[in-house]
Amino acid sequence: MASETTTAGLAYGKRSLVRGMPGHHIAIFIGFLVVAAVAPFLLYPVFVMKVLCFALFACALNLLLGFGGLLSFGHAAYFGSASYITAHAAKVWGLTPELAILSGTAVAAFLGVVFGSLAIRRQGIYFAMVTLAFGQMIYFFALQAEFTGGEDGIQAVPRGHLLGLLDLRADFTLYWVVLAIVFFGLLIIYRVIHSPFGQVLKAIRENEPRAVSLGYRTSQYKLAVFVLSATMAGLAGSTKALVFQLASLTDVHWTMSGEVVLMTLLGGMGTIFGPIVGATVIVAMQNYLASFGAWVTIIQGVIFVIAVLLFREGIIGVLARRLRKPL
Amino acid sequence: MFELLGIPPQALFGQLLLGLINGSFYAILSLGLAVIFGLLNIINFTHGAQYMLGAFVAWFLLQYLGIGYWWALIIAPIAVGITGVILERLMISKLYHLDHLYGLLLTFGIALVIQGLLRNEFGISGLPYSIPPQLAGGQNLGFMFLPNYRGWVVVASLVVCLATWFVIEKTRLGAYLRAATENPTLVGAFGINVPRLVTLTYGFGVALAAFAGVLAAPIYSVNPNMGAELIIVVFAVVVIGGMGSILGAIITGFGLGIIEGLTRVFYPEGSSVVIFVIMAIVLLIKPAGLFGRAA
Amino acid sequence: MRKTVLLLGGLAASLMATSALAQDINIKMGVLNDRSGIYADLAGEGSVIAAQMAVEDFDAAGKGINVEILSADHQNKPDVASNIARQWVDDEGVNVILDVPTSSTALAVNEVTRNANALMLNSTGGTSELTGSACSPHTAHWTYDTWALAHGTGSAMVEQGFDKWFFLTADYAFGHALEQDTAAVVEAAGGEVVGTVRHPFPGQDFSSFLLQAQSSGAQVIGLANAGGDTVNAIKQAAEFGIVQQGQSLAGLLIFLTDVHALGLEAAQGLVLTEAFYWDLNDETREWSARFEELDGDKPTMVQAGVYSAVLHYLKAVEATGSTDADEVIAKMKEMPTEDPIFGEGYLREDGRKIHDMYLFRVKSPEESEGPWDYYEVLATIPAERAFRPLEEGNCPLVE
Repeated sequence: MASETTTAGLAYGKRSLVRGMPGHHIAIFIGFLVVAAVAPFLLYPVFVMKVLCFALFACALNLLLGFGGLLSFGHAAYFGSASYITAHAAKVWGLTPELAILSGTAVAAFLGVVFGSLAIRRQGIYFAMVTLAFGQMIYFFALQAEFTGGEDGIQAVPRGHLLGLLDLRADFTLYWVVLAIVFFGLLIIYRVIHSPFGQVLKAIRENEPRAVSLGYRTSQYKLAVFVLSATMAGLAGSTKALVFQLASLTDVHWTMSGEVVLMTLLGGMGTIFGPIVGATVIVAMQNYLASFGAWVTIIQGVIFVIAVLLFREGIIGVLARRLRKPL
Repeated sequence: MFELLGIPPQALFGQLLLGLINGSFYAILSLGLAVIFGLLNIINFTHGAQYMLGAFVAWFLLQYLGIGYWWALIIAPIAVGITGVILERLMISKLYHLDHLYGLLLTFGIALVIQGLLRNEFGISGLPYSIPPQLAGGQNLGFMFLPNYRGWVVVASLVVCLATWFVIEKTRLGAYLRAATENPTLVGAFGINVPRLVTLTYGFGVALAAFAGVLAAPIYSVNPNMGAELIIVVFAVVVIGGMGSILGAIITGFGLGIIEGLTRVFYPEGSSVVIFVIMAIVLLIKPAGLFGRAA
Repeated sequence: MRKTVLLLGGLAASLMATSALAQDINIKMGVLNDRSGIYADLAGEGSVIAAQMAVEDFDAAGKGINVEILSADHQNKPDVASNIARQWVDDEGVNVILDVPTSSTALAVNEVTRNANALMLNSTGGTSELTGSACSPHTAHWTYDTWALAHGTGSAMVEQGFDKWFFLTADYAFGHALEQDTAAVVEAAGGEVVGTVRHPFPGQDFSSFLLQAQSSGAQVIGLANAGGDTVNAIKQAAEFGIVQQGQSLAGLLIFLTDVHALGLEAAQGLVLTEAFYWDLNDETREWSARFEELDGDKPTMVQAGVYSAVLHYLKAVEATGSTDADEVIAKMKEMPTEDPIFGEGYLREDGRKIHDMYLFRVKSPEESEGPWDYYEVLATIPAERAFRPLEEGNCPLVE
């Protein structure tokens, strides 16, 4: 399957976005938009927005894990700090929502540069442990810093007016904005995966020494994908802060990092659309099983075990193999 | 009487000793991780849950069977070690041919399940477990009041750590182990049952975690989350020490406990992150860790 | 003539029947609390039981008020709490949200009900912000708050001659606030704060900090933390012989269930403030016995507070014949409160429920006469001094 994606990817790597896209990918993107356009009329809009934010978050992690081969167990750090900065910017500095989101995303990108340049010095399991430790550092920082409000988090964040014009207080208005942001993020990730940069990444993932011998500075590629992934995770976190009008410790805790890995694993690592499906399943499960309390964690653990032992390709991975098409 | 940075020396001695006690837990846990990693190439994310299980088994033995601390110190590691053996046979062994990341994900999932089940059953507020009567009370050392039990924790963990080091580095069994780490196929060809060696090693690493759990039961509250946060710190300890040597894991564990203890005196606000900061510095200067071999 | 009378009588009867039908009021209450975590024993299912007891004692069904009680686990996470509260209010038409432990989730739900046609009657959340700068026209804060606990314990201990304090503070916003509140009281009462140490949150090992407290020469170690941290700190203080060597521990946020979990051996001598204790008088004993039959444990002050809040809410609904949040809360603030839990009291305009508080000392194992016999009353803090004065809270609702 790897070679299939590689050749296919190279073929449309150089073309423009839509022209180069295989037909079934265009169909899926359109399908995604249609479902997303109908969903808020059938389901609770805030819930659908949550799904969207986590879909983007999982896709961001997948960029690093599925295409860069680097398992980050500390991605909550970028998601959560962006969420805090956005909340603070909107509430205390009084910035408009688009500026608040941009500042949150920028901070996530900055953290990505700092932690990424340290973390990529180690590989494999060490990389996972290092990212986890950095994630925990951010958690302790968020716990102690004054502006984060400790356990209370930053609450009652105003959604404000987009560009000073569009009032986002109504769930439905906000919904279209969130959909636009998330869709934009997904397109960027898609574009990166199918660019020459994405091809080199895959080469590094498959065989790093060979990529080095071909003359690629692999650490620069790894850092770049790390920063990009952190930035997109930040975009998701920033958006989430406006949706829930809340930034809290949950966003930076290591269980959040674990959850997003689970979403990616369940949907299919290294697939394009898998993380979206994974995020939908997990968020829906958390929402509808909320009354069972601790059982949600247990079920998540069981899904982890089953996915690793029997189902490593994930839902979309299995589907892609059946259809013989990269999804 | 001289003072060091405003801290009287007696208080400093006291804090150093307390740091050593906390370091004992880091040392035993990172040692267990190192042993497992050495042979299985798996980062055992379940380690924290197994540490917690050790404490729960001790509580369970006392509550339902009336079996006290000293027997628990032997029974709990064996019992939890056996569950580890079963776990390795049923699940972990299926992953050896795959990327190591899957081992991490699997053990993470198992940890979630174990912690969740116990949280459902026993809640989170913690179960009482008293200090054994033989170790109640304490000694006035002049510079501090040292509870006997804390002294025992240091002694017990030092003995266990050194014994493990001795077995692995100085005995024939240890030689097999080390050889199997380097080249399992060759060791297999010499007629040694490598899979069984691997299983038993995992069981032993898990038993070490459970032993630390029993040691912790009387002083920390016995609750399902007691290992969840600790394991992340221990991961950082492992990254700092590097996986190169058994002795390295032990020294790093005790050393970081002392450094953390000193931070609590001079800058208590930073004591929860000091180990992570050290980790970042070590990564900058010596990416393979203090005692690790370059990858 | 007779016929007409009968007819009129029949007409009147049928009119009454229709008006009784029109009076049938449907109420949905949602108990939103921790059902699996650290506050599950403190509030948890017991709060649901307390709410049901109030509905039955009020004879709601007999008065044409149909009450349905929902419950959910917010896992002590503000995002989960705000999510559930939003869905309850938007989708399910819940009229009143009850209990809501932990300050962070209480503040989150406070924001949800602020702009909705629903009330939050908070019993377990601690933060005095709820009736301070974050106060909301749709929130009533029922049982206690951090100001009341800090002031009760702080001033009473200084009065008894314990005037040199050392604080062991959880290093986050809540711990800092608790420490500052108490330190201000201690100093105002003529006491002195000789030192402070901030421990990581959540903390496992407090030995290092306790050692610093021990060498500080303080008479009292104030525990400005909560939940598992407080329990662990007290446990380890016993291990290091802190109380035996003459220092006292003051819990600034600790409850009956914590003392129960610690056991009297470790907790003895601890001084704390609470709003309710089962063994205060005949009425509390009678009510608590009924509660114990249903729940298995004695009630905590916050479970008792849920009972008291629901009872008063139902009285207001009956009086107004409405479930409109603004009308009901106005009536609740207008009518004085009375129940077996807190006796007589009232709901202040900033949403603060006012009643007496009590300073307790935990008994030693020898003094205790049986299960749940834990507290000895040191002092009653009268209602007018128990809570933060209205003008100091800076609640925007109060001009």
